[in-house]
Amino acid sequence: MNPGAADDPDAETTGTGPAFSALLEDSAEDLYESAPCGYLSTLMDGTIAKINATLLGWLGLSREEVVGRKRFSDLLTVGGRLYHETHFAPLLRMQGHLGGVALEMRTAAGPRLPVLVTSTLKRGSDGEPLLIRTTVFDATDRRAYEQELLRARRAAEEAREQAEADRAQLREALAVLQRSLLPDTLPDLPGVETAGYYHTASPMELGGDFYDLFALDDTRTAFFLGDVCGKGPQAAALTSLTRYTLRAAMIQDADPVDDLRTLNKALMARYTGDDPRYCTAVAGVFERVGDTLEIRLASGGHPPALILRADGTAEFLSTLGGMLVGVLPTAQFVEVSTVLGPGDTLLLYTDGLTEARVGPDRELYGYDALRSFAAARAPAGGRALVDALTGLLSDFGDGLDDDTALLAIGVPATA
Amino acid sequence: MSILRRNNVRVTGAATGRPVVLVHGFGCDQNMWRLVEPFLAEDHPLVLFDYVGAGRSDLSAWREDRYSSLDGYARDLVEVCEELDLRDAIVVGHSVSAMTGVLAAAAAPERIGALVMVCPSPRYIDEDGYRGGFSAEDIDELLESLESNYLGWSATMAPLIMGNPDRPELGEELTNSFCATDPDIARVFARTTFLSDSRKDLETVTVPTLILECEQDAIAPREVGAYVHAAVEGSELVTLDAVGHCPQLSAPEATASAIRAFLSSGAR
Repeated sequence: MNPGAADDPDAETTGTGPAFSALLEDSAEDLYESAPCGYLSTLMDGTIAKINATLLGWLGLSREEVVGRKRFSDLLTVGGRLYHETHFAPLLRMQGHLGGVALEMRTAAGPRLPVLVTSTLKRGSDGEPLLIRTTVFDATDRRAYEQELLRARRAAEEAREQAEADRAQLREALAVLQRSLLPDTLPDLPGVETAGYYHTASPMELGGDFYDLFALDDTRTAFFLGDVCGKGPQAAALTSLTRYTLRAAMIQDADPVDDLRTLNKALMARYTGDDPRYCTAVAGVFERVGDTLEIRLASGGHPPALILRADGTAEFLSTLGGMLVGVLPTAQFVEVSTVLGPGDTLLLYTDGLTEARVGPDRELYGYDALRSFAAARAPAGGRALVDALTGLLSDFGDGLDDDTALLAIGVPATA
Repeated sequence: MSILRRNNVRVTGAATGRPVVLVHGFGCDQNMWRLVEPFLAEDHPLVLFDYVGAGRSDLSAWREDRYSSLDGYARDLVEVCEELDLRDAIVVGHSVSAMTGVLAAAAAPERIGALVMVCPSPRYIDEDGYRGGFSAEDIDELLESLESNYLGWSATMAPLIMGNPDRPELGEELTNSFCATDPDIARVFARTTFLSDSRKDLETVTVPTLILECEQDAIAPREVGAYVHAAVEGSELVTLDAVGHCPQLSAPEATASAIRAFLSSGAR
């Protein structure tokens, strides 16, 4: 012992302190017996030849009960023994080493001791295996933690399955609701070709676009198409109100501007205070006269309709000046009229189409591109035009992030 | 996918002679035989394979319904014999595969002419005067043991071992890979192995049969060996001076000697 050690602050690290001396006195034998892990050596048949005090203590066994009397597998639970015989022992023979195997040992007192076992084969000078050296770590805490992980994994798996089922159910409900806001089919009208299409941006979100087309009497047909602000259930409620208000108004009095005014009043009355809700819409009536369609339509803040003519041109039908529906009590709506001859087609659309992003710079698709696209296909029947635009929407890929509604009304070209 | 690839079939040993098919049991794969291989290779063509679900077999071919009964494993064995057009082969089946061999021999008698049953057990669970050595609860405990050793499987093992029959080196880098199996597959194989009862099938054996048991075997105790010996008419029983359930690893030379002696005398 160094008498000056207590005064020497460097004694611990310079190898002169009492702790260091104690370490030097720690014999290999004592280290083996009292190591913080279990040690065990067996003959090749598993008979235990040597075992340390730590492991004996864990198991509650005496050296006499174990050495020469028990095999390693005798210390294991029956299930552990099966695992040992079918996996552990063959692997150890084949690899000469085996690490981190989870087993359970039986203790004399009864409770099982979860352990992690590592074994190495010691070979003689001729290469023949002589004995097996094994270290045993108490894995009680770790096993509890692993059980927790397994439980959590199973719970997560179940939650995921439930969430997927819920999603599927929600998707189905949303699809049904979305379909209820659109006509099932468009009526079959003599001498008129109509086509509609609805693109849903996300199956998990209700869109706010809508359209409808229905006969008023033998010669006159009403139609409308629009876009309510927002998305989701609130927008769907607004869409529903809008669609049935417009429909009722048009059946009562087929005057496009009056009908938009009625809708304006209904929206103003329903959505008051700090929750203003509005929409853009085109509403119109067409009447078959000879082989032409005479169309009157009014717009409230909606993008202009596009007309494809039989001569191969395409032009917008300006309704500039029409105001959003549902914002101002005195909103102004603009009415225009046009005549479609054989081979002419009128297209109504929502801004999902013109506001799609295209190209590497993700520029707006825009009105000019739409007109060019239509002109390149004119003359085109309503069905063919909607099909071509459906293809265009699909080509936009993720550049199209909004719902889009299309409605085409045309007079078939005469043969 | 050919049968040869599906079952990771390896043909080695002599070019001519009576073929010997070495069939691994529950736990590991065809590597179990590598220490006895040299002792048999000189005089016999050797066929080794992995059951679908084990070793480097094609895991995508695994079907729970097929491999939930020993018949499914026997079909693997028969299909390998058919694919190689083996005749009068000697099937050496370890542990549960001793019983697989019995089923295969009944299904394809022209292809399998003799059986060597290494540490067989037709029934592991004790029942009405029969002692197999285990209770149903013990088998549940084994399934727990399997589970607690598979925490690392899905993350690291599966992508390396699954579907890489072309690149065996990927599997070789893994320790313990000889006995690594998808936990779901291992569970099914364990249940099929330890819950099956093939005692009746022993009566169907008509080919020369050698039963090899170990002096001390924690899985197939000697009374089970005696039971099998009594049930298979004309069978030969050899008790190896070995401990454990895998004499082909712990006493490869003695195991091979017993098989060779059987082949040269009693197998016809």
